[in-house]
Amino acid sequence: MPDQLLFAIEVTLNGLMAGVLYALVALGFVLIYKASGIFNYAQGVMALFSAATLVGIMNGDVPFSHLINAILGTDIHHFGWHVPAILAILLTMGVMIFLAWAVNRFVFKHLVNQEPIILFMATIGLAYFLEGLSDMMWGGDIKKLDVGLPQGINETIDEVTFNLFGYGFFIDNLDIVAAVVAVILVIALTLYSQYSKQGRALRAVADDHQAALSVGISLNYIWILVWSIAGFVALVAGIMWGAKSGVQFSLSLIALKALPVLMLGGFTSIPGAIVGGLIIGVGEKLFEFTLGGMMGGATENWFAYVLALVFLVFRPQGLFGEKIIERV
Amino acid sequence: MFYREAGDFKTSYVDDNQTFPIKFDRYRYYAVLFVAFAIIPFVINDYWVNAVFMPFLIYSIAAIGLNILIGYCGQVSLGTGGFMAVGAYACYKFMTGIDIWWGGELLFRLPEFNIFFSVLMGGLTTALVGVLFGLPSLRIKGFYLAVATLAAQFFLVWVFNRVSWFYNYSASGQISAPEHHIAGVAITGPNADAWAMYLFCLVFVAFSAIIARNLTRGSFGRKWMAIRDMDIAAEIIGVDPLRAKLSAFAVSSFFVGISGALFFAVYLGAVEVGEAFGIQKSFLVLFMVIIGGLGSIFGSFAGAAFLVLLPVFLKNTLVGALGWPTDLAAHLEFMIVGALIIIFLIAEPHGLAQLWRVTKEKLRLWPFPH
Repeated sequence: MPDQLLFAIEVTLNGLMAGVLYALVALGFVLIYKASGIFNYAQGVMALFSAATLVGIMNGDVPFSHLINAILGTDIHHFGWHVPAILAILLTMGVMIFLAWAVNRFVFKHLVNQEPIILFMATIGLAYFLEGLSDMMWGGDIKKLDVGLPQGINETIDEVTFNLFGYGFFIDNLDIVAAVVAVILVIALTLYSQYSKQGRALRAVADDHQAALSVGISLNYIWILVWSIAGFVALVAGIMWGAKSGVQFSLSLIALKALPVLMLGGFTSIPGAIVGGLIIGVGEKLFEFTLGGMMGGATENWFAYVLALVFLVFRPQGLFGEKIIERV
Repeated sequence: MFYREAGDFKTSYVDDNQTFPIKFDRYRYYAVLFVAFAIIPFVINDYWVNAVFMPFLIYSIAAIGLNILIGYCGQVSLGTGGFMAVGAYACYKFMTGIDIWWGGELLFRLPEFNIFFSVLMGGLTTALVGVLFGLPSLRIKGFYLAVATLAAQFFLVWVFNRVSWFYNYSASGQISAPEHHIAGVAITGPNADAWAMYLFCLVFVAFSAIIARNLTRGSFGRKWMAIRDMDIAAEIIGVDPLRAKLSAFAVSSFFVGISGALFFAVYLGAVEVGEAFGIQKSFLVLFMVIIGGLGSIFGSFAGAAFLVLLPVFLKNTLVGALGWPTDLAAHLEFMIVGALIIIFLIAEPHGLAQLWRVTKEKLRLWPFPH
């Protein structure tokens, strides 16, 4: 095979892997949007927050240590212990559940029946708050996240492809793990929402709030539940992204990429989030590969948004979204 | 005692249609203008101009622009930073004389524009770009549109980063404003006096506010608000959505472009596009509009003042008085701004402007309520 084609195939594969990571963040958006009609801009920051919390707990950092030191003049930083990864993940999940409760109790309980755009702006405020809180709790420096996921080039794929084509593909082990985790996550979520009692309640709420209330489903409980699940998805995404590029502020910007993914896939469709993520991931990598050099590079910064913009003009509800019906 | 209509007789339609129908309001407005134009320039120093007045004035224009789009026409935009960048770069090109190249040869070079006209041209160019990026709004609505405007934000910043024509092929990729004068007084460049920069911005702010206020009171504003409240219904009663939406995008981008031009040329002097006009700027202006009050010109000023003063205040109290490290104060600022957005959306969705309206109503009855 010609070299260019091989390169293109490699780029496509890497794009697929990157797309899976976008899809992970987008998944959290879809869950919350379906259940509560809230377009949760803070999903990306939730990933950042959860990853920072995980690192903090694992390293045994004292939360708010900078603040405490500044106020009391003390000099404390660590508890002096290290928490194993599994336990730390469970503890972080606890924090995310608490966060879900707090968000519903203090923010969205007061915003019931507001217009969607008001709710959207409230989540932007929430994103800012969480960003500040994350830095306040654990410090603003770039943190290394290591929960024992394999990293680096996958030797087997490299060897097999080298023997086949005479050119070894470079594929990161972490990306493969991320893809597997994403597939498991989607299957688990689908099964959960299809067959469990809470899952049915979840779908009922997504269908019609009033009707769900009238058959005795507690909206409050469902919302906390769905924010917790979104928190869990954010934690998974945070671990993957954090292991890949370190836990830092730009994590929340990468998560912005989940927005065009959603627009492609449609706000209300879980498969849509996955397909949209893959299209964006492959699209931006291939575009950079073919035309990026000619245009001065770094086209990944905007390609996803422009693609989504062009796409939306022709199909405003996205690939799998429900048809938008407007009534006066 | 205050805000009484009693005794304020209107004898003509012109009287009836004036911007501030209540006499007290009118005098207060003249008083503010007088203080701003005739007193402040003589008493301010560099610190006040750079830390408070210039950002306040410049962000006010941007907030007015965004408020027209979001508050009056209901089209949420997250591309403000990108549009400010268009204003800044257009202003720069007009200031330094636009060079047209064809096939590697310099065809001709426009003469350098005066700074005043450069800023205006910056606004007009941004209006054109705004209309271009506003076109999808005819098909896309709500937060789909909000996300679509992110395309403008990232694409524009990328263009200004990569196409060297925009920064006149300078090695650093930065643009820096050369010294320009109006009537012999330096407005831009290192030798510009604080009062001159302040007055220059103030002129633009005053005209922007007057234009915006009158546009929103007139037929344009009514059409925008009809589109905002329900676009299909507006279409049925005869509002052309194409014209209404695109005019909102044009006017809004015009103001945003002017503020970007001023931000670059007068306030900062030299600009690196990703830093000065990134996505954070879009959110900052959006927050000003939300906190100030959607659909209110006064609210744009209030929101801009609030978010300009808050960091100054926090920095002075926390870092200056309490001796906290700067990064901690910055983190706290994030938390406070975020919490304030939420609190305002819950308690007062119409922002500071609504508080002001309520105060006015109270003052009208004071000291004898009922």
